[in-house]
Amino acid sequence: MATQAFQKIYTKLNQITKATCSVRASGVGNEELATVAGRLAQVVKIVDDNVTLQIFAGTEGIGTDAEVIFFGKAPTLKVGPALAGRFFNAYGDPIDGGPEVEGTEVEIGGPSVNPVRRKQPSELITTGIAGIDLNNTLVTGQKIPFFADPDQPYNEVMALVALRAESDKIILGGMGLSNDDYLFFKHSFENAGVIDRMISFVNTTEDPTVERLLVPNMALSAAEYFASEHNEKVLVLLTDMTLYCDALSIVSNRMDQIPSKDSMPGSLYSDLAKIYEKAVQFPDGGSITIIAVTTLSGGDITHAIPDNTGYITEGQLFLKRDTDISKTIVDPFRSLSRLKQLVIGTKTREDHPQVMNTSIRLYADAANSKTKMENGFDLSDYDERVLDFAKEYSDKILAIDVNIDTEAMLDITWELFQRYFERAEVGIKDEFMKIYWKKA
Amino acid sequence: MTKGIVKAIIENLVQVEVSGPVSQNEICYIDLGGVKLMAEVIKVLGNIAYTQVFESTRGLKTGNTVEFTEKMLEVKLGPGMLAKNYDGLQNDLNKMNGVFLTRGEYTDPLDEDSSWEFTPIAKTGDKVSAGEWLGSVPESWISHKIMVPFGLVGEYTVKKMVEKGRYKLTDTIAVLTDEEGKDIAVNMIQYWPVKIPIKSYTEKPRPFRIMETGVRTMDTLNPMAEGGTGFIPGPFGAGKTVLQHSISKNADADLIIMAACGERANEVVELFVEFPKLDDPRTGRKLIERTIIICNTSNMPVAAREASVYTAMTIGEYYRNMGLKVLLLADSTSRWAQALREMSNRMEELPGPDAFPMDLPAIISSFYARAGFVYLKGGETGSITFIGTVSPAGGNLKEPVTESTKKAARCFYALSQERADSKRYPAVDPIDSYSKYLEYPEVIEYLNENINPHWVQDVIKTKDILLRGREAQDQINILGDDGVPLTYHDRYWKSELIDRVILQQDGFDPVDQSTPMKRQEYMLELILSICDTDFVHENFEKVMPFFVKLVNICKQMNYVEIDTEEFKQYEKELHKEVEERSAK
Repeated sequence: MATQAFQKIYTKLNQITKATCSVRASGVGNEELATVAGRLAQVVKIVDDNVTLQIFAGTEGIGTDAEVIFFGKAPTLKVGPALAGRFFNAYGDPIDGGPEVEGTEVEIGGPSVNPVRRKQPSELITTGIAGIDLNNTLVTGQKIPFFADPDQPYNEVMALVALRAESDKIILGGMGLSNDDYLFFKHSFENAGVIDRMISFVNTTEDPTVERLLVPNMALSAAEYFASEHNEKVLVLLTDMTLYCDALSIVSNRMDQIPSKDSMPGSLYSDLAKIYEKAVQFPDGGSITIIAVTTLSGGDITHAIPDNTGYITEGQLFLKRDTDISKTIVDPFRSLSRLKQLVIGTKTREDHPQVMNTSIRLYADAANSKTKMENGFDLSDYDERVLDFAKEYSDKILAIDVNIDTEAMLDITWELFQRYFERAEVGIKDEFMKIYWKKA
Repeated sequence: MTKGIVKAIIENLVQVEVSGPVSQNEICYIDLGGVKLMAEVIKVLGNIAYTQVFESTRGLKTGNTVEFTEKMLEVKLGPGMLAKNYDGLQNDLNKMNGVFLTRGEYTDPLDEDSSWEFTPIAKTGDKVSAGEWLGSVPESWISHKIMVPFGLVGEYTVKKMVEKGRYKLTDTIAVLTDEEGKDIAVNMIQYWPVKIPIKSYTEKPRPFRIMETGVRTMDTLNPMAEGGTGFIPGPFGAGKTVLQHSISKNADADLIIMAACGERANEVVELFVEFPKLDDPRTGRKLIERTIIICNTSNMPVAAREASVYTAMTIGEYYRNMGLKVLLLADSTSRWAQALREMSNRMEELPGPDAFPMDLPAIISSFYARAGFVYLKGGETGSITFIGTVSPAGGNLKEPVTESTKKAARCFYALSQERADSKRYPAVDPIDSYSKYLEYPEVIEYLNENINPHWVQDVIKTKDILLRGREAQDQINILGDDGVPLTYHDRYWKSELIDRVILQQDGFDPVDQSTPMKRQEYMLELILSICDTDFVHENFEKVMPFFVKLVNICKQMNYVEIDTEEFKQYEKELHKEVEERSAK
């Protein structure tokens, strides 16, 4: 962003920390954008005429005589149809060698949707992955993260979901993305031929950490443009939100804020909610669906980041390695899609809810039987059957390489019920048993 | 009026240099290029007032002007609040323009042009005081009382009452004369500061009646009292919101106030969409007509989140004073506590546990204390039953909000992750949860009189069976299926029978989602009679299939109406199965 005429320039910094600096200046607005020695910065605190700025690229090498230029506006993004197919950095500047985007300039992180104007999400998103479609059905306007350990193939699964789900635009917000993963996303979208409906805002591990604080709002402002002005179905992918939170904690620490749980700022919940709540079903048909990744440390979901996320998002998806079948599965116990109730049994076949609950209950029985087996106890006939069921269910339904439609998922599950169980053990409402239970 | 100018901005904490007197909790408006941002004074130091702004402070500059109002944050009370959707500051969300919320847009909570059919209650010459009824207007199916303003101190004489007829909200309906002969004109609107309880009643006795919710694990095992307090802590995904929604649909209350405090917008949308469609079994009207929704979703400004629970409580107190049974649900009080924490942090106060402010327990308990059953000045009764959810960090109940709430609330409905994982909904842990009301002699007397003479005894027995079942299960897990006597299996499965048939409830099934007390009694007695039966099992492998069969039959019973042929058929089948296995 170039300097313009009549901008005031200040050159006397009175405080520099690793991420912030302060300068005496007047007429400056809160959250206003500025450059400090050419680096982008944002106003985070004003006390009298002492203005504190957060410098996104870090303060290395900044002198007390650095030039501070205020822009008189909050961070903005130029939105227009030309965004499609482009790659940008965290500031919304092109990184693909293409021209600047022409369009309307909007402030990022703008106001929220009036709750009474929202529509209830009701459109099913199918992915072909039965662990999602059958047990944790996704809906447009939903926000849901993958909770995954760093060694799990979360980016691969997310790309798969993005490609299979029906959407008009896919917007990738990459935070602390390794260069390898960035190229992976780029190539998979190129190979699938969807690059023209793809928009990326990327902060890689090579870029300064604090910069990534801008990424989600950049991605979501672009999403709001397409969903609200063009009534499009937009899918936003945010990876990795844990690295975003790390940047938050760095800034709050530099500002001498008292940390709450796990050294995270006390406002973590509100900070995350402002991002995730941008997921919405607009009245005129457009929607923003957010699929995010929150990496865990050793599967610990009580850490402040996954914990606060879980309270905001509409469910979470867990991946798990099933050693019995040597595949990655969608964990049926810990995964949950809160909005599935809005579509299952109505937008899908009516036996869907009962089949889903029953199969998970039986799968839970299998887990108990497995504990029994591991503890060296004798297994009953039921234990044996339920273990066999679980193995096959895992392979045919839960594995992430499954790609079938919902009807087929239901039919397969009914088949498995009848292969391994008696009528009473299944415990499904009689009206469905009459239709789908073929066994005597 | 006092004016001021902005001196410092730290997120939504704004310091204002004032030129005159200001008071704690006074409301002021900060001028941002013509847009007025509402803020509340939370601390005063010398001539600097610390204010928390209820909106985003983006673009605010030092030197912006501020106007103080000499008023605390207050709600506007009068007919026409039912079925409204308010934000945390009582702005009518439906009156706002556009899809996105606009900063600085404040809308009228009432419809000032509306007119109402007024019937006088008080007569000329009557002596009245604050909160007494002057007349009534029909609001939906509620007889909405127009009361002597709560702010009037002392005794007044009714000088003039208007005739029965149609009046606008702003029309004077009565003139009152105070002890010094000064006249006060009263219309249908009054204002009240949200942080101060309305106390225009004569007495607040201990609760003695039960508030039916239709949720079996509550009504049967741990009943909520009318005018009582309770809380539902649980990790995410355990079903707090679903449980609150089913309580709101079925509870035996005249009026439901839902305070969606810092929670998901889509959950509020669910209320907006569903409530206008659902029938209220008690009035035959739609559920929305007895509901007021106060929503400050998680992406709305944090300071207004704190205000939202107070707004909800004050509206509840207003309706309670009309002799109504009000049920107030807040989801979630943890978000409110977090809003307090964010502010305390910005004010650089010394933090208490987990960086929450030191006075958190006091704030929570004085809020819960505003609920209760009261006798009004005219002898009528009214109540506010309050149930809040708590979202403990990491699902750990040893955190400040849960611990502070536990001291304040009388009922505890612990949601367990384990039960939620195995889809045992509602995931209320039957052993950890409690209702202190079950120990109140007046409540025991009420239950035994209204349900059956041995009800409380049966409930306690049920709890014992559940506890013994869990102990048996632990033993089986340690010693193995064949390492324990057969009776352990029998004991464990009898507790499972209670769990699966009585406690678990399908919130999405049209019949099962709400169970009237009569039916709860019938089923509990039926299940207890099975638990009292001595069974002869050949070996432990035979125990489970037998009970699973019983559970299956009982579940089918749960899915059909009680007075149907189908139900009787299932019941007959059940008795037959029990008969075959029982010791002769």
